Amino acid sequence: MISANILAIFYLISGVLFILALRGLSSPETSRQGNLFGIIGMAIAIGVTIISAGNFSIGFIYLLVFLLIGGSIGAFIAFKIPMTAMPELVAGFHSLVGLAAVFVAISAFLNPEVFNLGSPGNIKIASLIEMSLGAAIGAITFTGSIIAFLKLRGIMSGSPITFFGQHYLNLALGLILIGLIFYLCKTQLNTLFWTIIAVSFLVGILLIIPIGGADMPVVISMLNSYSGWAAAGIGFTLENTALIITGALVGSSGAILSYIMCKGMNRSFFNVILGGWGATEESSKSLSKEQKPVKSGNADDAAFLMKNASSVIIVPGYGMAVAQAQHALREMVDALKKNGVKVTYAIHPVAGRMPGHMNVLLAEANVPYDEVFELEEINNDFANCDVAYVIGANDVTNPIAKTDPQSPIYGMPILDVEKSKSVLFVKRSLSPGYAGIDNDLFYRDNTLMLFADAKKMTEDIIKNL
Amino acid sequence: MEIDPFIFRLSIFILSIFIGYYVVWSVTPSLHTPLMSVTNAISSVIIVGAIIAALASSQGKIFETANIFGYLAIVLAAVNIFGGFLVTQRMLAMYKKKKKDKK
Repeated sequence: MISANILAIFYLISGVLFILALRGLSSPETSRQGNLFGIIGMAIAIGVTIISAGNFSIGFIYLLVFLLIGGSIGAFIAFKIPMTAMPELVAGFHSLVGLAAVFVAISAFLNPEVFNLGSPGNIKIASLIEMSLGAAIGAITFTGSIIAFLKLRGIMSGSPITFFGQHYLNLALGLILIGLIFYLCKTQLNTLFWTIIAVSFLVGILLIIPIGGADMPVVISMLNSYSGWAAAGIGFTLENTALIITGALVGSSGAILSYIMCKGMNRSFFNVILGGWGATEESSKSLSKEQKPVKSGNADDAAFLMKNASSVIIVPGYGMAVAQAQHALREMVDALKKNGVKVTYAIHPVAGRMPGHMNVLLAEANVPYDEVFELEEINNDFANCDVAYVIGANDVTNPIAKTDPQSPIYGMPILDVEKSKSVLFVKRSLSPGYAGIDNDLFYRDNTLMLFADAKKMTEDIIKNL
Repeated sequence: MEIDPFIFRLSIFILSIFIGYYVVWSVTPSLHTPLMSVTNAISSVIIVGAIIAALASSQGKIFETANIFGYLAIVLAAVNIFGGFLVTQRMLAMYKKKKKDKK
């Protein structure tokens, strides 16, 4: 047994180590050390909790067994998962945090004496509020992440599901939740607690189904934030500093990422969350569908253009992830570099399905991170570049965002691909991107469309280099 | 008058939000995916609550409903802790600088 004060100091140390873990991510050099700090912090928190429980009976053995079961499943997933599946993995992990928060809240509600919260039927009001908030947010995170997971995995269609009165229903459910928590505090009834959890599960589903596939970066970040707030809520219930600090860190981290993603699309957070975007543009799309001349080429033309260029900028997007073209891309770049071509990569903040998605894929393909640039860093370079190779990106290169105030993506920061001398646009067809709008870039004189699968086209170009 | 300990916890919470705010803004955008996986791993520190719940024995019974939920939460959190840290490690190991011997 260790005294409560010493225990609290150890939790504080874990909390500080978690802060250092995030701090390490400010640069790739320090990040690995940061991750180590995080692991040490977690080991300390788990270690002292087990010691302080002072229960080395049969329960302790079960604990180790369950810890090992969970740990081996986690480790197995971590080593097996392909990098392209990272968004689903993160969504799946969020759901587990949410469900764990729900379970801990349930245990605390059923057996409050262990946590010094009073006795069943007579739990402190403050604790009751904290644990029901923790449980509610945890439950929303759980089902919300499951829906996000299904959409990202492609099991569920990525298109938004909307129905009449959806927002009013959500609003009503939100109010019902507040009312239920209020009555729970007054009556301490078990059934009310279970109802809160059930309603929250429903809210989680309803919140995420109207949000379309390409808005997933915002959704994942938002669920990340929620999982943090759920942990913080439980932290208040358990009076645990490590949990409160971590919850606050994770909560603000997710909130900032959501903000960055929304800014990358020039849309407000509420506009994304209310959803239904990308389904209503049918009319404007069909109007602009008249035949415009498009120049299309083959791998040979593309290879010729790039071989004779002095600088090439690669613009990857979600299509690259779908086609798993990152390794082929890197081989193509190597071949170009042998010819003395200067190659860099330009990454839009919302490229892919989660923040930093493209960077991870490029890193996987052994692209050095100092060749990869963010939008603001590289956007001026397009004017001096000979060839822009757009692979799997679409809306983030559409110049209409700068010129047409009527367009739904007007004002969204885009990569100025059209300023480069020639644009190679790898795409399977002329179909519009997620936003449902035609890309003006397809019809420019300096654009050469390469109609093929991203990976296959890149491989063909390598053969012709 | 004595200050309610809740206020101290609230202070820790609010100050941590500010720390989080500044620390996360300094994270380089190329590491945003590892940031998500590592925050996911550390938020699983919720396992401490699960451990307390699981090990709590009332009258020698070790599989009361409350304990069972505790054990279930341990499994879920453990998946996250191991999965989250290891996958972060795996990702971070891939971020390499340009080699010197290249032109």
